[in-house]
Amino acid sequence: MRIVKTIAIILLVAFVGIQFIPTERNQSSIVPATDFMRVNNVPETIQKKLQVSCYDCHSNNTQYPWYNKIQPAAWFLEDHIKEGKAELNFSEWDSLSNRRKKSKLRSIIKQIESGEMPLHSYTLIHKDAIFTKEEVVEMNKFITQLKDSL
Amino acid sequence: MSRLKSTLGIVAIAFMTLTAVSCKDSNKEQDRTDGNHSEMNSGEDHSKMNHDNGDGHHDGEKKEMAMGSDGSPQAVLNDYFNLKDALVADDNAKAKELGAVIALSFGNLDVSNYTDSQKTELTDIIEDAVEHAEHISESDIDHQREHFKVLSKDVTDMVAITGTKNTLYQQFCPMYDGGSAWLSLSKDIKNPYYGSKMLNCGEVQKEIN
Repeated sequence: MRIVKTIAIILLVAFVGIQFIPTERNQSSIVPATDFMRVNNVPETIQKKLQVSCYDCHSNNTQYPWYNKIQPAAWFLEDHIKEGKAELNFSEWDSLSNRRKKSKLRSIIKQIESGEMPLHSYTLIHKDAIFTKEEVVEMNKFITQLKDSL
Repeated sequence: MSRLKSTLGIVAIAFMTLTAVSCKDSNKEQDRTDGNHSEMNSGEDHSKMNHDNGDGHHDGEKKEMAMGSDGSPQAVLNDYFNLKDALVADDNAKAKELGAVIALSFGNLDVSNYTDSQKTELTDIIEDAVEHAEHISESDIDHQREHFKVLSKDVTDMVAITGTKNTLYQQFCPMYDGGSAWLSLSKDIKNPYYGSKMLNCGEVQKEIN
């Protein structure tokens, strides 16, 4: 019994301890001129969907969930955001060349169609990020049009 | 007294956990920086290395990164054809390896002897191609083929600028992903998008050179 108690205390202390390790925050109040929404004429429904389903990890501004400051969840989020932005950052969209934009748009379609994105770990909490079949069709139509116009 | 001891113990262990956790993080950082100097295989390192290279500061680093690639477009083409053959043979593992190889040879591509506008375009091609090549180096075969399609376009555009000593055949399969092209050294059709499933689907679209 004593051992259980000691272990519990150790875990508690460790848990409290890791809360003091700082994480990087991905937040910005400005929407840069290079943002996907600003350089393209994006219909409102599409804007909303991208915002809710993609922008948390693929832009310079994350709408953090309530547990975002609690470790180790914060690390997990930080990692995903870093990785997501390296792959595609909507905030810096216009800094890409047309070739790269086309490449990215193609990948966006493939990822959404195959259901690889948004990640399951994300939709688990963000139910509204899930794409319905109709939304997939609508999104792909828009993205394809955009790709062909480049 | 024993109470003090156990409290001390707890604090010590908590401290060690903390240290271990933060050490793990800084180790990761360390690896990352090291990776830039040696030839590591993780995607992130490549992109950094190749990026430097794409921007044109490669002279000093060339030695470090030379992995059989001499910075010529021919090296890229050779790696491309090897990769294509691996996909024709449905060989996922080999295509992974070759994806990493072509990412390097693309990154090493020497653009200094071209005009400014050609340089810009080549740099752009390189950046795009490296990304696709890296994806090929870590994906299943279906994904590899998707990325190979765009990589093929990048290589074709590169050849349009750099030229090549060989005669190349641009071949085309109308069935894969709304129609997809690739390059080959031989007139014979061996389809990299379908492999054994539909080996001979396609036609020669164009002769280059």
